[in-house]
Amino acid sequence: MAEPQAGNKAGPVPFASADPHRDRMLQRLHIDLPLLAGLMILSGFGLVILYSAGGQDSALVVRQALRLAIGFVVALLVAQIPPHGLKHWTPWLYGFGLLLLVAVLISGEIGKGAQRWLNLGLLRFQPSELMKIAVPLMAAHYVSRFHFPPGPRVIAISTLLIALPVLLIVEQPDLGTALLIASSGCFVLLLAGISKRLILSVITLQAVAAPLIWYFVMHDYQRRRVITFLNPENDPLGAGYHIIQSKIAIGSGGWFGKGWLNGTQAYLDFLPESSTDFIFAVLGEEFGLMGILALLACYLYIVWRGMQIALQAQDSFSRLLAGSLTLTFFIYLFVNIGMVSGLLPVVGLPLPLISYGGSSMVTMMAAFGILMSIHTHRKLVST
Amino acid sequence: MSDKEIIHGYRELQLFKIRAIAALIVVLLLTLVLVARLFYLQVLSHQRFTTMSQNNRVTISPVPPTRGLIYDRNGVILAENVPAYRLELIPERIADMEMTLHQLRRLIPIDDRDIERFHRDLRRKRPFDSIPLRMGLSDEEVAIFAANRYRFPGVEIQAGLRRHYPLGRLTAHVVGYVGRISESDLGTIDTTNYRGSTHIGKTGIELSHERILHGTVGYLQAETDVLGRRLRILNQTPPRPGRDLWLSIDIRLQRIAMEAFGAENGALVAMDPASGEILALVSMPSYDPNLFVTGIDSDTYDRLRNSPDRPLFNRAIKGQYPPGSTIKPFVGLAGLELGKIGSDDAVICRGVYIPEFPSKRPFRDWKRSGHGYTDLERSIVESCDVYYYELAYRLGIDRISSFLARFGFGRPTGIDLPGEASGLLPSREWKQRKRGQPWYPGETLITGIGQGYTLATPLQLAVATATLATGGRRRQPALLRASTAIHGNSLQTHQPRTANQMSIIDHANWRTITHSMVQVVHGPRGTARRIATERFRIAGKTGTSQVFGLKEDEEYDASKLAKRLRDHALFIAFAPAENPRIAVALIVENGGSGGAVASPIAGRVIEAYLQERSDG
Repeated sequence: MAEPQAGNKAGPVPFASADPHRDRMLQRLHIDLPLLAGLMILSGFGLVILYSAGGQDSALVVRQALRLAIGFVVALLVAQIPPHGLKHWTPWLYGFGLLLLVAVLISGEIGKGAQRWLNLGLLRFQPSELMKIAVPLMAAHYVSRFHFPPGPRVIAISTLLIALPVLLIVEQPDLGTALLIASSGCFVLLLAGISKRLILSVITLQAVAAPLIWYFVMHDYQRRRVITFLNPENDPLGAGYHIIQSKIAIGSGGWFGKGWLNGTQAYLDFLPESSTDFIFAVLGEEFGLMGILALLACYLYIVWRGMQIALQAQDSFSRLLAGSLTLTFFIYLFVNIGMVSGLLPVVGLPLPLISYGGSSMVTMMAAFGILMSIHTHRKLVST
Repeated sequence: MSDKEIIHGYRELQLFKIRAIAALIVVLLLTLVLVARLFYLQVLSHQRFTTMSQNNRVTISPVPPTRGLIYDRNGVILAENVPAYRLELIPERIADMEMTLHQLRRLIPIDDRDIERFHRDLRRKRPFDSIPLRMGLSDEEVAIFAANRYRFPGVEIQAGLRRHYPLGRLTAHVVGYVGRISESDLGTIDTTNYRGSTHIGKTGIELSHERILHGTVGYLQAETDVLGRRLRILNQTPPRPGRDLWLSIDIRLQRIAMEAFGAENGALVAMDPASGEILALVSMPSYDPNLFVTGIDSDTYDRLRNSPDRPLFNRAIKGQYPPGSTIKPFVGLAGLELGKIGSDDAVICRGVYIPEFPSKRPFRDWKRSGHGYTDLERSIVESCDVYYYELAYRLGIDRISSFLARFGFGRPTGIDLPGEASGLLPSREWKQRKRGQPWYPGETLITGIGQGYTLATPLQLAVATATLATGGRRRQPALLRASTAIHGNSLQTHQPRTANQMSIIDHANWRTITHSMVQVVHGPRGTARRIATERFRIAGKTGTSQVFGLKEDEEYDASKLAKRLRDHALFIAFAPAENPRIAVALIVENGGSGGAVASPIAGRVIEAYLQERSDG
């Protein structure tokens, strides 16, 4: 009846072979080789950039490599959970995450003027990280119970399911993460096929709501960031300096860059940021437009593979989930590159899998684990 | 599966496909936007940015804030900033770094640790950042370098400020010191605010109030040429200096206390019982904190660290000693308040106590012949052990433990100094948890005379004494009295923390204890009668704590024992007894007898303080 699938329907993919034995092996381990290879190439590239951005500190690179290794292990572990298992636990995970968010608001440890961390004795944990997975899971879980396109009631309830955690995270306040989570939920609805008219009216509504958010929701530091973004020369000592410096770094890179380890401008004002959020500027300076195009190609390949997995998924829950997670990954890199190149305001999101740091990387790898699980747990139904 | 469902499933899949493809198209479009933007930056504006990058760079250099000063309660300066010279290198202007370092070392002494630190900074900082190589250059070294300056492009003498403690060892255990920011400090601080700062508080007040002392970094935005030379200043944000602190310490009292110790090791804490303000905090021996500011050489450091006298160890807050007989007024008060004895109840002391429970050994009094008929007052005045064996037996460990806890024993006092020890107040529960053993009745008896497991820091003893002096109002001790306000020059006083008032059953019980303690000093048989004075009345209690246990029937012969094995001498006191303005607790390590060695030190401190106050 059921046989592991070999080969691909949706067109040729690099790293996919015609060797049925190897494919069966990978399937049993729940590894999607094309996706895994893309992620590995990307993170390898990231370590090379990090070595330069971190001031040639090899200890820093080793730490990051270790983190990546943990990330890959997490991805492979998550890939072992079949989609129906994920689906089963989704409401619990979502409810648990919601509880933690409330707990953070009530008793959260104050760090950087924002309450994001929950101290669980030994472990410091950011519940909003959990929500990055739990919200798309919950939205996909709920929406997939009904026929597509979802009716007004389904849309209303799923909007509520998305808005609740998002508002709690805005309250922390962590606008960047809140936006990411909101968009991951919206992607589920968009992919489920809500009407175009509704999409348009939501966009209009947002334009109206923007000034309200500006005055009533945003904190001072967030407003300052937007002002700085609109006019970086206004605040050349603070965040504006980041943007000016990162533009100089990228711009002076030219077509081919100054060469690895030869960047001078990439030593930005605040050193920690050049290996974290602003690492893209180092890439732009040292590898030029060619290096950037290579990186973008790498990212696009992963997005492409993710969407392919979504298209080949066999039930609507998996389909929506895979699509949402993949598109959110794209939003991540788009916002970061847009921010570093001065297209978008500084919101403090890392460049996925390249920036130094671990808290969000593990979550991202877990998301890729889900993608692999969706792809490798498929059953071919003989007709 | 019905046909309808299959059709529905097919429609859904089609819908999803359309949406997914639309999403992919949007992804591609957004990527194109990014590429267009980067093309604009990297290709179309390349020339402009290259010029900006090469010819004129805008550098931002941090301007470190001036560290706040520290004064004593009368305005005597305890920590100041004095001009200092340091040698700094700008890496990108130095062609051959190894050669330059080599030649510099031939000119002025630079040790390996400086070189090591320099290389570490070199990796962390930007090539046009100035990196310090050696601190604290002498005038002579500055002159030598100035004469050879032409040989060293990119090497500069920078004038800066260095932390200096004019009173040196007098304040070392209170004020502490600052030292170079270390790798481990970097993890705990806001690195942005410390750009430009080289030092950070390492111990004492310098550490506990680091945040207010440090201030906020300022910035200087300047245009520089390709070599990193500053062409013109574009903009600047001045640093906000750290706030000055006024401590409650009275440095005159501190000096008198330290001199009173002479060559003895030990610790003393004097506090104002009403406010909880620390008037003097002494730990002997002390050390010169200035050694740590410029970077102590490893020989001196090892000598300080390995000295058997342990000068770096702050005995006043970290030293944990058995309180010995100084615990007796508190246990006596417990007996009265909990109704286990009356003030007139007496025991007949024959120099040994035979408990009712089976015990392998008799419990000895320090006085072999015994004290005879002993009531509460006499038990305190002559420090009778047998009386407290009996009282402890009547009270039981649970009551003793919970009563002493109200005086702050067994838990850090919360003083604004880092690293305070918590002492140890034994209880049944503690012993089960830590040792996995039940509590034995014999242990209750020795707890009653302040031996056994009980440990207290001199600071805890001072707090407990102050609590006794104020009729059960326990204050959190504090050193910080005032600081300059964030804006302007006005002073911001730091209110003493709220007091913790014990519930009192009968005030007469407290008066009885105070009266007995007065007799310790002013009575004809008191163990501290040598410090009695006409001018005011002192309430005190002597104590001795064993460094090692005596075997049964073994005679204690101080003259035969090595100094290090001799008992510790303790003394607690407050004065004037009727209206206490100072409470003191002290220990003289291996001092022998509390009455002979410890009490005179307290006497001098109390006298000096009350004298000074009445003069003023």
